[in-house]
Amino acid sequence: MTTLLLAEHDGKRLDDATARALSAAKALGAPVHVLVAGQDCAAVADAAAALDGVAKVLVADDARYAHALAEPVAALMVQLAPGYDALVAAATSSGKNVMPRVAALLDVMQVSDVIKVLGPDRFERPIYAGNAVQTVRSGDAKKVLTIRTAAFPSAAAGGAKAPVEPVQAAADPGLSSFAGEALSQSARPELGGAKAVVSGGRALGSAEKFKQYIEPLADALGAAVGASRAAVDAGYAPNDFQVGQTGKVVAPGLYVAVGISGAIQHLAGMKDSKIIVAINKDEEAPIFQVADFGLVGDLFDIVPKLTEAIAKARG
Amino acid sequence: MKVLVPVKRVVDANVKIRVKPDQSGVDLANVKMAMNPFDEIAVEEALRLREAGKATEVVAVSIGPAQAQETIRTALAMGADRGIHVAAEGTVEPLAVAKLLKAVADREQPGLIVMGKQAIDDDSNQTGQMLAALLGWPQGTFASKVAIGDGAVEVTREVDGGLQTLSLKLPAVITTDLRLNEPRYASLPNIMKAKKKTIDALTTAELGVDVTPRLTVEKTAPPPGRQGGVKVASVEELVAKLKEAGALA
Ligand SMILES: Cc1cc2nc3c(=O)[nH]c(=O)nc-3n(C[C@H](O)[C@H](O)[C@H](O)COP(=O)(O)OP(=O)(O)OC[C@H]3O[C@@H](n4cnc5c(N)ncnc54)[C@H](O)[C@@H]3O)c2cc1C
Ligand SMILES: Nc1ncnc2c1ncn2[C@@H]1O[C@H](COP(=O)(O)O)[C@@H](O)[C@H]1O
Repeated sequence: MTTLLLAEHDGKRLDDATARALSAAKALGAPVHVLVAGQDCAAVADAAAALDGVAKVLVADDARYAHALAEPVAALMVQLAPGYDALVAAATSSGKNVMPRVAALLDVMQVSDVIKVLGPDRFERPIYAGNAVQTVRSGDAKKVLTIRTAAFPSAAAGGAKAPVEPVQAAADPGLSSFAGEALSQSARPELGGAKAVVSGGRALGSAEKFKQYIEPLADALGAAVGASRAAVDAGYAPNDFQVGQTGKVVAPGLYVAVGISGAIQHLAGMKDSKIIVAINKDEEAPIFQVADFGLVGDLFDIVPKLTEAIAKARG
Repeated sequence: MKVLVPVKRVVDANVKIRVKPDQSGVDLANVKMAMNPFDEIAVEEALRLREAGKATEVVAVSIGPAQAQETIRTALAMGADRGIHVAAEGTVEPLAVAKLLKAVADREQPGLIVMGKQAIDDDSNQTGQMLAALLGWPQGTFASKVAIGDGAVEVTREVDGGLQTLSLKLPAVITTDLRLNEPRYASLPNIMKAKKKTIDALTTAELGVDVTPRLTVEKTAPPPGRQGGVKVASVEELVAKLKEAGALA
């Protein structure tokens, strides 16, 4: 009984999503091996080896894994699969892309977005934008799981280092190639692991105002910036800021929703946050039903004052 | 090039569903149903490819009970050329859907399959990737831009860090994200025309696929509730409360 966890990284840094998925992987009760597939990714392997509860790190260092394309990475996991009872990844855009391909090649029905591990074959997962939670038992011989990172704490790092072993690259199906990327640059914390998140909605009205009002408040709180779908669709914020059923799911200590109505699809991405603050001029807005602290009023009036008061309070 | 578009009938996105009191599932009695929103985007994209002369035929396929034909009709009313209905009762899991779609693709030989990234009922986000795997085709998931070239398609994908562009050899599977396009509404004349378009009927047995679920759903429960609804009167009060709750550390 061994579990294989696919590491999430950008070639240089191991993403915190891996440490969170590791907590779920460990709950399966078997030793965990971490697979790092990438190019020149020794530093990532090193970081994975330092995570608590990792028994071994496998490194497939090859140009074909440089951009984590689904076809070659899935082929690699399928090649390694005979030695494992469970194949696990964080439910990031990369994990969601690769794992169902692995599952189908192994003739396994994947369990997506696991929020609780009840045993080696029993899991809880949300459906209908988190308005219901299923308890499922998998009858497949092997389990293929993606893990909702917001539902699990990060495994600690810094213990004894696990051994790191190279593994052979698998034959590349050669079906796809990388043609470019446009990644958001930001000095702010990442949405996924942030302790606080400030999100803006349609009410901001323009990309300039989004920047002018949301960013200073986020900086005063040391928060990541998020957005509703409406704000992203309108071009006020980039796509990777979208919080919700079909965007990112976050559960920070503090979530501040500014000018967001609180549609089911948005709530799905933030309602497990510890403290929710809502600022909205419509006192009937559904966001207030989940807010611990709701402030009714015009955001353009409230947000600058709040930014100043928080900056002062946090020194 | 023929484009195949799998469309799923799901609970309308505006409905807040309720869990049955005995936790045996979600109460779907008299609930408004609609085409999965991501699949509308997929139909729209396929139609645009046809209108741009890149595709010759758009075929909508749905797996489900008899009512799934209504969903196919919606696709036909938007402009799809014909439909295929695979009759199936009860839960058909993504793996089984992918197998059925593979069998349909083997018969139809499309040059491209465009489908939703996620069904908003099961929220699985699996079927497209599984279908691509079973066909041995490349996959372009979470697409926000699609450009057909010579024997290949360039797909821009919404990923966690921003956008990524891939080049996929055709045939390929593409799954749609929200910002790929804005789906059209069916006009009344097109709704009338759609009534005359053909929908072929198939069964899971004809396609040789065992659809027995692999997952047993032991229970379906409501999510843990939240005690919200508290209002504060001013910025000062809000900051004081946040301080008290330790949220400003
Ligand atoms: C398939 C599908 C998937 C979806 N996925 C997501 C998702 O992942 N994430 C997501 O967020 N949405 C998603 N949506 C969209 C969702 O249904 C809502 O349309 C969206 O969340 C609305 O965004 P919003 O709250 O910013 O805008 P609105 O609903 O327009 O709300 C704007 C709010 O701002 C308030 N306001 C206006 N002016 C001011 C002011 N000056 N000061 C204070 N308040 C003001 C208004 O009272 C209103 O409540 C999805 C929808 C579908 C169909
Ligand atoms: N029963 C079905 N019939 C047709 N297409 C489906 C069906 N189930 C899923 N799909 C397609 O697969 C996509 C992803 O669904 P899922 O993997 O269930 O989230 C949907 O957006 C549809 O395009």
